[in-house]
Amino acid sequence: MAQQATVKEVLFNPVFNNNPIALQILGICSALAVTSNLKTALVMAIALTLVTAFSNLFISLIRAQIPGSIRMIVQMVIIASLVIVVDQVLRAYAFSLAKQLSVFVGLIITNCIVMGRAEAFAMQNPPMLSFWDGIGNGLGYSTMLVALGVIRELFGAGKLLGIEILPLIKDGGWYLPNGLLLLPPSAFFLIGLFIWALRSWKKNQVEAPAFRMAPQVSDREVY
Amino acid sequence: MEHLLSLFVRTVFIENMALSFFLGMCSFIAISKKVETAIGLGIAVVVVQVITVPANNLAYTYLLRDGALAWAGMPDVDLSYLGLLTYIGVIAAIVQILEMLLDKYVPSLYNALGIFLPLITVNCVIMAGSLFMVERDYNFSESVVYGFGSGASWALAIALLAGIREKLKYSDVPAGLQGLGITFITIGLMSLGFMSFSGIQL
Repeated sequence: MAQQATVKEVLFNPVFNNNPIALQILGICSALAVTSNLKTALVMAIALTLVTAFSNLFISLIRAQIPGSIRMIVQMVIIASLVIVVDQVLRAYAFSLAKQLSVFVGLIITNCIVMGRAEAFAMQNPPMLSFWDGIGNGLGYSTMLVALGVIRELFGAGKLLGIEILPLIKDGGWYLPNGLLLLPPSAFFLIGLFIWALRSWKKNQVEAPAFRMAPQVSDREVY
Repeated sequence: MEHLLSLFVRTVFIENMALSFFLGMCSFIAISKKVETAIGLGIAVVVVQVITVPANNLAYTYLLRDGALAWAGMPDVDLSYLGLLTYIGVIAAIVQILEMLLDKYVPSLYNALGIFLPLITVNCVIMAGSLFMVERDYNFSESVVYGFGSGASWALAIALLAGIREKLKYSDVPAGLQGLGITFITIGLMSLGFMSFSGIQL
């Protein structure tokens, strides 16, 4: 890297300019599965942010000592140990929540964001900067997760964090919940639309089409 | 036997790894541009899954679970908190060994699968297969079937998606939706299609 990035850059760039989910296609698996209500989405976001930040910090601390050939294993062990800590804490203090998240806490290990940042950033940068980069990427992921969680829970069940916001028809209110939003496919649609919105705003993220339609060469009808 | 068959059908269609649990999405989206490579990666996932899920099942039953170390004279030891670290270690080791073995003995297969194998260590499908196996308490034969079924379900989904995407690149997509966006919408529709399998009792 030619020049050192500043703390502010590494912290806020991943949120919109280089969002790990919308642009780098990283860490989508868990983003979809845990967002059917806001509570699990929030817990997952916090867990992932902490794991990314601390794995970046520790890997960066020992980056000069890690031999190149086994660096993947070393990174994996550090990340797995951090995830075990998160998992045990969740089981101890929020058991029902841990049950709801089921395997997805464990899957933070294979979440590409954590691995990707460790490999791409923490191996080349000093510890504190790597720590902030971890927090920044965690925030980018969290933004997406919380946005999805809010939309899916609010319009799918009329609630936020279990508190009723839109009174449902079956309870005498006026809102008819959209059940599709609680089902898996809606997460894909929402992320697709979110990417569309983000790219209409930041034009430079638009991918070039693989093929273009040929212009009409003749002005006469073919037949 | 019947029980195992229904487990297999259930894992492939109803509990499809990619389309109803959203696992392995990173490579699902990144490697699905061409049908050939998609099928290659799919087969590699099936192979690794068939080996790692039963291997982790053995590790769990004889080393980690509460009281599993009774055969070593330590019936009170519960190592299940080491689960995550063990599974990822087993997976990484097996993938590495598989890569070396293929390179030495079956070079043609190695050339076909080689580039995908390192990717597989960090593919969530593999890890999730082991975690689900532990959570649902499968025995050894069930875990073999589950490993095969979950691998096959993912391979099926990625091959289908690649087929759709190959056609899709000729279509006129709005600018902001180009590439990643339209892929997500496509996967959403596929997932909606696979939901029609839900509720089937075998």
